[in-house]
Amino acid sequence: MKKNDTNLLVKGNEAIALGAVAAGCECYFAYPITPQSEIPELLSESLVEVGGTFVQAESEIAAANMLLGATACGKRAMTSSSSPGIALKQEAISYMAGSQLPGVIVNICRGGPGLGSIDPSQGDYYQTTRGGGHGDYRTLTLAPASCQEAYDLTIRAFDLAFLYRNPVVVLGDAILGQMKEPIKNWKERVVLDGKGLDWSLSGARNREPRLLKSLYLSDGALAGHNRKLQEKYQAMRKECDWEEYRTQDAELIVVAFGSMGRIAKSAVRKLREKNEKVGLFRPISLYPFPEAPLDRLAAQGKGFLTLENNAGQMVDDVRLAIRRHADSGLHCVLPGHLANPDDLLGPIEEAMPAKAG
Amino acid sequence: MTQAIQTEEKQVFRLPDVLADTATHFCPGCHHGIVHRLLADVLDQLGVVQDTICVASVGCSVFIYNYLLLDTVESPHGRAAAVATGVKRANPENVVFTYQGDGDLAAIGLSEIMYAANRGENMTVVFVNNTVYGMTGGQLAPTTMVGQKTTTSQQGRSFETDGAPLKMTEIIAGLPGVYFSARVAVNNVKNIKKAGKILKKGFANQVQHKGFSFVEFLAACPTNWRMTPVEANERVGGEMIDYFPLGIFKDNDNDGL
Repeated sequence: MKKNDTNLLVKGNEAIALGAVAAGCECYFAYPITPQSEIPELLSESLVEVGGTFVQAESEIAAANMLLGATACGKRAMTSSSSPGIALKQEAISYMAGSQLPGVIVNICRGGPGLGSIDPSQGDYYQTTRGGGHGDYRTLTLAPASCQEAYDLTIRAFDLAFLYRNPVVVLGDAILGQMKEPIKNWKERVVLDGKGLDWSLSGARNREPRLLKSLYLSDGALAGHNRKLQEKYQAMRKECDWEEYRTQDAELIVVAFGSMGRIAKSAVRKLREKNEKVGLFRPISLYPFPEAPLDRLAAQGKGFLTLENNAGQMVDDVRLAIRRHADSGLHCVLPGHLANPDDLLGPIEEAMPAKAG
Repeated sequence: MTQAIQTEEKQVFRLPDVLADTATHFCPGCHHGIVHRLLADVLDQLGVVQDTICVASVGCSVFIYNYLLLDTVESPHGRAAAVATGVKRANPENVVFTYQGDGDLAAIGLSEIMYAANRGENMTVVFVNNTVYGMTGGQLAPTTMVGQKTTTSQQGRSFETDGAPLKMTEIIAGLPGVYFSARVAVNNVKNIKKAGKILKKGFANQVQHKGFSFVEFLAACPTNWRMTPVEANERVGGEMIDYFPLGIFKDNDNDGL
């Protein structure tokens, strides 16, 4: 496959798999679950072709723990799943956060709670931005809204994981995973130089042994460790990423992420044709959440409406971000319904400051 | 006048460098220290100390990294065999072993150990079976003997409600992907010496890329058995070996050591 000038028509799941290969992913650990199974299907061939390792694990739990083991050796490694499977991986993700291991985890979110459905959902927002497992930790989370962005952000996820020695989640949903779009697979496969891995395990040859752990029993030791982790999470704030569309003269800012952000953009475009002064703010990094730019927009006296494909989760972060100047309305499309732009026109018009009064 | 004896000093004994020079925190009569020492000897004798990655588990066993100076990663409870799979697949040139207790390996980690064994991962599993959850205070374990009193089986383990203790070495030996599976004890000098030989084989197999090797140690936990160290040692040699027989249950070399 020729790089740089190639357009490929691929599913979002395939774009993620291609992104992983381009990022130099060396090990991938899988367990089948809809709607993400194209990722393991593609990587079982394409990763092995470039000399990488593919293991289909006996469970989501085992796959996540294999990821822990491979990242402990300083390898670029990934696992992927969908909501119920991601819940099972939380144990290992907490340990990886505690031991500062740079795993990449892809969540192609589906409806819950429980077995839920295989339809699109954004119901894992809390889980992915609040840590997800036990203890005080955070996972950097990137939320693509197109197949190209899925490819690009998967590559970025590996870089960020190693930059911060922290698990990074790529959060999509069934729409992103299953829709086909042309992408440019612009990146040559990363050649790893093995630098910056002075924490990783390889056998203590002519150096002191290294220990990767999350257990701190002596008085104050865990507090010290947590302080270090919290400082790291603060440092991650500079990775905030978002898209703004026609926000400058907007009176109402619609806030939506991922697929919902994409659908909301179509609705905003339609309303602009009717001269409604509405704009879109789409967080791309969900953790860290782009609070500062939202606060700036709120300071300009704009109104806010949060749109989500869940029962209202990100709205908490929007409200926290704009709390000094404004509040946000909320319109939810519950998982089990597919959102479409026309259905969003009414709720957005209702929320226009002139009408909301 | 006595004449000074002039002889050259010759070292006839040394501790392997991989063994940390530190006092033990384990209870009197605990067998972890003996197993650590055997591990140190074996890795030293095979010359692989600097190639080895240890996967520590949860329970008293986790503190292996305070005693063996090796590259080590902590695993979540029961997941050591999955973590070790990730380590070994990432770094096939390293010697990789897990060090797990019976609650860790045979209860919460049963799935992970069965599948790692069945895949024939080229690694070594060191399984320390003392028939109780030690660190949490002596609760019923998957290997607790029928009739044995623990803090969660105060009338003794009931076959009717708790089932029988799992014989992991035999179960593992039954999997086609496994190269070597053996059970040893460290309750007396003879058994310790034999255990050292078998453990060495369990690691030599990996060095020679032969496949999955499993070595179960029967171990005493005097504290949670409410016994003196001597009584606990006698229990290993009697009741435990009667139910968990020592020996090699699978060896694809078939060389009988």
